Amino acid sequence: MQIYVCIKHVPDSAANISIIGKNSIDENVNFLLNPYDEHALTEAARIKNNLPGTEVIAVCLGKADAEKTLRSALAMGADRGILIAKEKNYDSRVTALALKAAIEHDGKPGLIFTGKESIDEGGMQTMFRIGALFDFPVATNVVKLDIEADRAVVVCELSGGITHTYEMSLPCVMGTGRGLNTPRYPTFPDVVKSKKKPVQKIAFTDLNIKASLAGMRVIELKPLYQARQPKEIKGDATVVAKELIRILKQEAKVL
Amino acid sequence: MKNIGVIIELDKGRVKEANLGMITLARAKDVKLFAFVLDKQAISVKAVLESFGITTIVEICLAKDQQNNPATRAKAMINAIKKFNISMVFGLCTAMGKDFLPRMAALLDAPLVMDCFFVDLEQKTARTYQYSGKIIATIQLSGQTLLFGIRPNAIEPVKAQEKARILKFDSSHVFAGGLRVLKSGGAEKSTAINLAEADVIIAGGRGMKNSENFNILFQCASKINAAVGASRVAVDSGWVPYSMQVGQTGEKVSPKVYIACGISGSIQHFAGMKTSGMIIAINTDENASILSNCDYYVKKDALEIIPVLTRILDNG
Ligand SMILES: Cc1cc2nc3c(=O)[nH]c(=O)nc-3n(C[C@H](O)[C@H](O)[C@H](O)COP(=O)(O)OP(=O)(O)OC[C@H]3O[C@@H](n4cnc5c(N)ncnc54)[C@H](O)[C@@H]3O)c2cc1C
Repeated sequence: MQIYVCIKHVPDSAANISIIGKNSIDENVNFLLNPYDEHALTEAARIKNNLPGTEVIAVCLGKADAEKTLRSALAMGADRGILIAKEKNYDSRVTALALKAAIEHDGKPGLIFTGKESIDEGGMQTMFRIGALFDFPVATNVVKLDIEADRAVVVCELSGGITHTYEMSLPCVMGTGRGLNTPRYPTFPDVVKSKKKPVQKIAFTDLNIKASLAGMRVIELKPLYQARQPKEIKGDATVVAKELIRILKQEAKVL
Repeated sequence: MKNIGVIIELDKGRVKEANLGMITLARAKDVKLFAFVLDKQAISVKAVLESFGITTIVEICLAKDQQNNPATRAKAMINAIKKFNISMVFGLCTAMGKDFLPRMAALLDAPLVMDCFFVDLEQKTARTYQYSGKIIATIQLSGQTLLFGIRPNAIEPVKAQEKARILKFDSSHVFAGGLRVLKSGGAEKSTAINLAEADVIIAGGRGMKNSENFNILFQCASKINAAVGASRVAVDSGWVPYSMQVGQTGEKVSPKVYIACGISGSIQHFAGMKTSGMIIAINTDENASILSNCDYYVKKDALEIIPVLTRILDNG
């Protein structure tokens, strides 16, 4: 079976983001593998362990420097990588079209993984678009997964700890969530090996993705400034508690 | 005249509070507001919906064994959108919405912005947070049908009385192949009130020290109708389930009040709660970064303050 893991090269969550012009960010910050994709890679490696003959392919739509992130994916267990090189950013619709075209061109997917969302733009939809393009069933925020002969049984977590269990026919697409596994971080030998694994580069423009009227375009980015003016509540526990109740009642009006 | 649709989320047969702000946002002059209800309960929610300006309620009737299937629901919903000529669709960016709105957008090949806190119907733009809540992005949508996932609690509900008719839309034949629901709605440890939709959240971090101490937060929460959240440290230490985590890799919340107990206020924690109306921090360390980014703070032991608060609330 071939397992494709779609990964994203994203700015480190601790990085300071500054805006250039009206609608771009300064990309001169540390980029890394989207944290949710680590669960996808770890799960793919686990399946490969149990199913000999499985090949894990990491696919990334990114600018040239995304190769670094693709190499991290190879160090986490993917056998080879495909970098769809882009020069500008695309919305999740076009992203899904590009990933689908690259996967279809490369092989026969048995499973496709993505993270449940990316921590930069947080679109939460790429997996569903890939699924619709292939006509494969999709589940997101998968926290438990069992692959059987011809089906996948997945537990998906909704908020409040509520879960749904779905059965999907194969092939299928899954957005991985944090409860799925503990990411297996690479050892030094893994990193060395990853440097020798093949990475194929395709140009986005070679995928012949048709222009469409439908889409999403970022027209403006603004930093979120917060002008909170912290005030201290002093006194002993009783005084503090009474003041908190007053604030909840009179200012926040929630009591 | 534009037709705009809002997908109503019910909870035990009642219209969830978060729908009302969403309807308020979708309302405008020259707009016909449709409410879509995917459960056979349109009659029972008619009065509430019309008091917020809905003029047509469409009850989507699904086969019994398909009612919980998000893929079937999405398919039925897009049939309804086409039938009623809906050009903009609003849904809640809740757990259910996250498993539903993107399915619709994918099937329609239509644009969707999730987690919007504002939508400009004229400009066809949506505003959302990006880069761990550090940036506000304005996104322009184009296409025949535009979809918006609205962050619960982001918009203040305002009433606008109308009279609504109810239409039934038979979708009992709709069936999504490939995905079957084996079990729906199992809970690990039900956190009573849903984090994403709560008006008040009381959250604990490393400062709570152990799992038992979280009961102090649960007891207080039950008095003020709050949900209980946690930092990643509290989750990773095994004190509370992951479903309670607030932050970058947890739940994104916008309650009216967020009370942080023993939480330092890391960038990643703020990514999930910085849009709260009011932030109150209880922290023993005067250098904790949360103290410089909140509305009120108490430089004391949370394990001492919270039980006293609960006791006073208890005595009226
Ligand atoms: C990719 C990535 C994603 C992440 N995602 C998240 C996320 O989603 N959510 C999240 O929360 N974190 C996340 N983190 C972790 C984050 O960086 C911090 O480590 C974490 O938020 C710290 O949790 P804390 O505030 O509970 O602990 P600490 O930072 O250790 O703070 C504990 C605070 O409690 C105070 N304290 C101690 N005892 C008491 C007491 N008795 N009373 C009052 N105050 C007391 C201390 O003074 C201190 O300020 C993520 C990190 C990474 C790298």
